[in-house]
Amino acid sequence: MSQAARAGEQQASTTNGEEWRDPWALPLSELNPARAILFKENVHEEYFRRLRKEDPVHYTAESEFGSYWSITKYNDIVAVDSNHKVFSSDKNIVVGDTEEEFTTPMFIAMDPPIHDIQRRAAQPAVAPTQLSELEGLIRERVCRILDELPVGEEFNWVDRVSIELTTQMLATLFDFPFEDRHLLPYWSDVGTASPSTGRADISFEDRHVILQECLNYFSKLWIERKNQPPKFDFISLLAHDPATENMIDDPMEFLGNLILLIVGGNDTTRNSMTGGVIQLNRFPEEWEKLKANPDLVTNMVSEIIRYQTPLAHMRRTALEDIEFQGKQIKKGDRVVMWYFSGNRDDEVIENPDQFKIDRENARRHVSFGFGIHRCMGNRVAEMQLRILWEEVLKRFDKVEVVGEPERVLSNFVLGYTKLPVVLHPKKK
Amino acid sequence: MPKITFIEFNGTAHEVDVPAGGSVMEAAVSNNIPGIDADCGGACACATCHVFVDEQWLEKVGERGDMEQSMLDFAEGVRPNSRLSCQIPLTDELDGLVVEMPEAQH
Repeated sequence: MSQAARAGEQQASTTNGEEWRDPWALPLSELNPARAILFKENVHEEYFRRLRKEDPVHYTAESEFGSYWSITKYNDIVAVDSNHKVFSSDKNIVVGDTEEEFTTPMFIAMDPPIHDIQRRAAQPAVAPTQLSELEGLIRERVCRILDELPVGEEFNWVDRVSIELTTQMLATLFDFPFEDRHLLPYWSDVGTASPSTGRADISFEDRHVILQECLNYFSKLWIERKNQPPKFDFISLLAHDPATENMIDDPMEFLGNLILLIVGGNDTTRNSMTGGVIQLNRFPEEWEKLKANPDLVTNMVSEIIRYQTPLAHMRRTALEDIEFQGKQIKKGDRVVMWYFSGNRDDEVIENPDQFKIDRENARRHVSFGFGIHRCMGNRVAEMQLRILWEEVLKRFDKVEVVGEPERVLSNFVLGYTKLPVVLHPKKK
Repeated sequence: MPKITFIEFNGTAHEVDVPAGGSVMEAAVSNNIPGIDADCGGACACATCHVFVDEQWLEKVGERGDMEQSMLDFAEGVRPNSRLSCQIPLTDELDGLVVEMPEAQH
C-alpha cells in the first residue's frame, strides 16, 4: 500500500474495543508508538517508519505511560545506550514506571557500581567457554524435541518447540529441578505482565502471590547450593560470590534478579525461535538458500535476531538536561530506545525490510543493546538458535506456517503465543 | 604502511599490511581475520573486538579509555594487556604490532 493510500484511510481499525489509526494520517504530536495494541496487531512498523523519516527523536507528551522520548535511529540508539552516565537504568528500563508498592531491584535496572558487581557474579554461567561445555547436551535435547514432533499434521510451534527448548535451557542454566521446569516460563510470563509494558492480563494481587511462590522456590535452591561446592549455575554463582552472597537477605532484590535472568533467557530466544519460522515462510527464497548452503545458519541466526527484535525497546531516564539531535531532553525525562526501529533503519542497514540470511555484517543489529547493559546471554541465544536450525535442516524439507500467528499484547516483548505449522519430511 | 600480526587463540598467525588511519579492529575486519566480531562497528559499545596486546607494544598502544574500561569489565578472560581493538588507532608508529585473540568474544 502506498503512503498516499494509507493516508487516505481515515477509518480507524479496532480490536477488542481498542482502536488504532493509520500513523501517516495522524498529527505527529499525537503519535504514541508505545501502545501495546500496535504490537499485538503488528501495525507498529509504520509508526516507526514515519518517526524515522519525520521526527527521529520524538516526544510524546501524553500517554498511558506518561510523557516519553522515542529514539528511533540506529546510531542514536547506540549513542544513548552507551552513555550510561547521562541515561540511567536506575529502577526503570521499560517505558512505564515500576509500581512503587512492589519494587524488585535487578541489575539490569541499576547503574554502576552495584550493576557491575551483580552482573559480574552471574555472567560466568553464560560465558562462551562455559557454553561450549553445554553444546552437546543442548543438541541432544533439540534432537529429542524435534524427533517427537508430529509430521504432516498441524501443531503449535510456540508450545512444542520454542517454549519447550528455551525452558529446558533455562532449567540447565539454573540447574533447576527438571521435572518442575514448566514453572520457569510461567514465572517469566507473570514477571513481564505489568501495566508498565501495556501487558496487564493479570491482577496486581495475583502477580504478587505468584512471584512470592517463585521467590520461595528459589530460596530453597539458594540454601541448597550455598551448602554445596560452587558450580556454574546462576544460583550457585550468586550464592558463592563474596559480592552477592548476601543477596538472599534482601528478598525483593533476589526476586528481581531471578525475574531478570528468567525473562532474559526465556522470552527473547523463545520468540526468535518462532520468528525465524515466520520469516523463512514469508521469504521462501531464503529457506531455499539455506537448504542449498547450510553453512549460512550462523549468519542467519543474527539476521533472525535482527528481524525479530525480541525486545522492542529499553528505556533510560535522563540524569541531566541534554541536547540530543537538536532536541532538549530534560532531567528526569523518560527516553525510550526503540530497538525494533533501529533494526529497520536504512541509513545503517541496507534494505532493512528484507529478511536476508546471507546479509553482510548481519551481526550489526541493536537487538542485544549496547554499552554496559548489553545482553549478557547473547551467546547462549545464538547457540540455541544455531543448533535448532542445524537439526531442523537435517530432518525436514519445510516447516510450513498454516495459519496466522497470535502475538503478545506488549510494547516490550515482541512475541507469539501461537504459530500453527505443519512439518514436511525431508525427501529421501 | 603498518604491518600487524593477529594471532588466533589456536595459534594461527595472520600478518596484514594496512594503511594507517583506521583502528586495529578495522584492520582485522577488512582482512577477514577470524576471532574479531566487532558487533557494534567500532563504537566502544559491545566488547567483541577484545585483544591481548603483546607486552612489548603496551606503551606505544597507550591506555584504556573510561568507556573501554567499563566494557572490558564484562568481557571474558580479561588480562592486564586486554584492549578493545576498535579503541586503538592505527598509526605508523604501530608498524610491527602483535595482538592475540581470546578464546571467544562475549
